[in-house]
Amino acid sequence: MKEFTCIICPRGCRLTVDDNMNVTGNTCPRGKQYAISELTNPVRTITSSVRVNNRDDLLVSVKTSGSIPKGKIFEVMDEINKLSVSAPTRIGDIVKKDILGLGVDILITKNID
Amino acid sequence: MRTVDLLIIGGGSAGMAAAIQAKKEGIDDILIVERDEHLGGILNQCIHNGFGLTEFKEELTGPEYLSRFVKQVEELKIPYMLNSMVISLTKDKIVTISNKEEGVLEYKARAIIMATGCYERSAGAIQIPGDRCSGIITAGTAQKYLNIHGYLCGKRIVILGSGDIGLIMARRLTLEGAKVICVSELMPYSNGLNRNIAQCLNDYNIPLYLSRSVSKVIGKNRLEKVILTAVDDKMQFIPGTDMEIECDTLILSVGLIPYISLLDYIDCPTSSTKGAKVNEHMETMIDGIFSCGNCLHVHDVVDFVTDEGRLAGHGAAMYLKDQLQKGDAINVLPKDGIGYVVPQQIDRNNQEDVTFKFRVRRPVKDMNLIIESNGQLIAKIFKPVLIPSEMVMVKLSKDKLPLLGEEVSLRLEER
Ligand SMILES: Cc1cc2nc3c(=O)[nH]c(=O)nc-3n(C[C@H](O)[C@H](O)[C@H](O)COP(=O)(O)OP(=O)(O)OC[C@H]3O[C@@H](n4cnc5c(N)ncnc54)[C@H](O)[C@@H]3O)c2cc1C
Ligand code: SF4
Repeated sequence: MKEFTCIICPRGCRLTVDDNMNVTGNTCPRGKQYAISELTNPVRTITSSVRVNNRDDLLVSVKTSGSIPKGKIFEVMDEINKLSVSAPTRIGDIVKKDILGLGVDILITKNID
Repeated sequence: MRTVDLLIIGGGSAGMAAAIQAKKEGIDDILIVERDEHLGGILNQCIHNGFGLTEFKEELTGPEYLSRFVKQVEELKIPYMLNSMVISLTKDKIVTISNKEEGVLEYKARAIIMATGCYERSAGAIQIPGDRCSGIITAGTAQKYLNIHGYLCGKRIVILGSGDIGLIMARRLTLEGAKVICVSELMPYSNGLNRNIAQCLNDYNIPLYLSRSVSKVIGKNRLEKVILTAVDDKMQFIPGTDMEIECDTLILSVGLIPYISLLDYIDCPTSSTKGAKVNEHMETMIDGIFSCGNCLHVHDVVDFVTDEGRLAGHGAAMYLKDQLQKGDAINVLPKDGIGYVVPQQIDRNNQEDVTFKFRVRRPVKDMNLIIESNGQLIAKIFKPVLIPSEMVMVKLSKDKLPLLGEEVSLRLEER
């Protein structure tokens, strides 16, 4: 038996998974998926920000285009911290493709003119 | 003096939604006044995920969420004025604005929507005993430094208060290489969402201490240590329970307060939300002046702010089209277990469904929410779990409104 909180939506259901991978406590199917992924291959998305070269004192926010393995979070952060962009930026622009070969990109999440 | 039909103070999520709604309802002469250099408000610095699930059925970051509304404001050609601060207003709706280009200017508006957001309770406000050293800042300020300007506020950090902003910052600071030693919460429960405790604290093994607060801060110039002490159920420190923690920064996430200083100019009555008292159209007790978003009551989910902005925009549009015929007021009262309810009044002539938004005083389970008027039951709704950090909404259909007497109350009753 394992218990944890579903992080997929703000409702935060308390999930219980038994030894046969039966999930209870979820209000919707996404909770079940989350519980199974949490036990087999826990993943997270990351949001952070990167430097804007041609602006003083300004960062632009970024996110991973999909989830990455939980164990890789700090390695991905190290890579993100090496990145920088030049303004203007547009939401959805790719700053780095296929980061660390994980199959996800780092995308801009803010428009800066 | 220039004139405008609808002047909106604050271009955050609430103000933009209000403007868009009023425009869609045929109000063309609108002006949004924003003191910052861009629209969007606090969401500009909330770079994490989790916005928009209700509004767009998608998980967006703060900047992505706000950009969708900025786009609509642009497409609808709604005028806005940036870097401009409203410094005063009168009951006759004369608004004084100050900005660099024009100095001080005045507008006479026919209707006003207040959407000025909230501010964070500071160290002074909670009176932490000890030295006056640097290294004590609010979570929102730390968030702005880090996410917008790229400065880390410290290396060894203690967070006081377990509201969502504090939890989100615990993760964010950890990701950027700071050591977040712990989060300490005065109350016996967290004020943040369970999901944020899971993904911001548990994921990074950051301990959360409940019923524990800072009893002393120590530091000559910069903060060196904090003493965390357990509290009893009367919030008094329990002797002999001190934990001494070496840290260079104390982050406060101890509550948000509606920013309403402008209301002082118009003697606008307030309510237990610490925002203006309003009716179901978000109109304050001052004719033609509306309020919505965090300056009305503090929201935790921006999607609901957007919704409330629309409600105020709709109310203002009706007001401007002379469609708000005012009758007697029905007072809405929070009773047993309920901390506050918005709106605080319903107009007798109202023709639309009314949504009550409320918060409970403390976490409870298996409760019936009772809505009653003159001793008569209007509605009874079962609620399995209610927590203070989650705003609850219940709709009262318009056909129930004729049943209401001079007041209507909401209370909790054990099932
Ligand atoms: C730090 C923080 C983190 C949050 N995190 C989340 C989250 O993770 N998920 C979520 O769903 N919700 C979150 N929220 C809640 C939600 O984002 C906010 O409730 C919502 O964005 C508030 O919108 P608003 O328009 O009421 O206020 P704001 O966004 O604060 O906008 C108010 C605007 O008014 C302007 N203004 C104020 N006074 C004046 C004046 N006198 N003249 C001109 N302009 C003025 C300000 O500059 C500001 O732009 C968070 C809130 C805060 C404070
Ligand atoms: S189970 Fe479904 S409803 Fe519950 S938190 Fe997860 S996603 Fe949300």
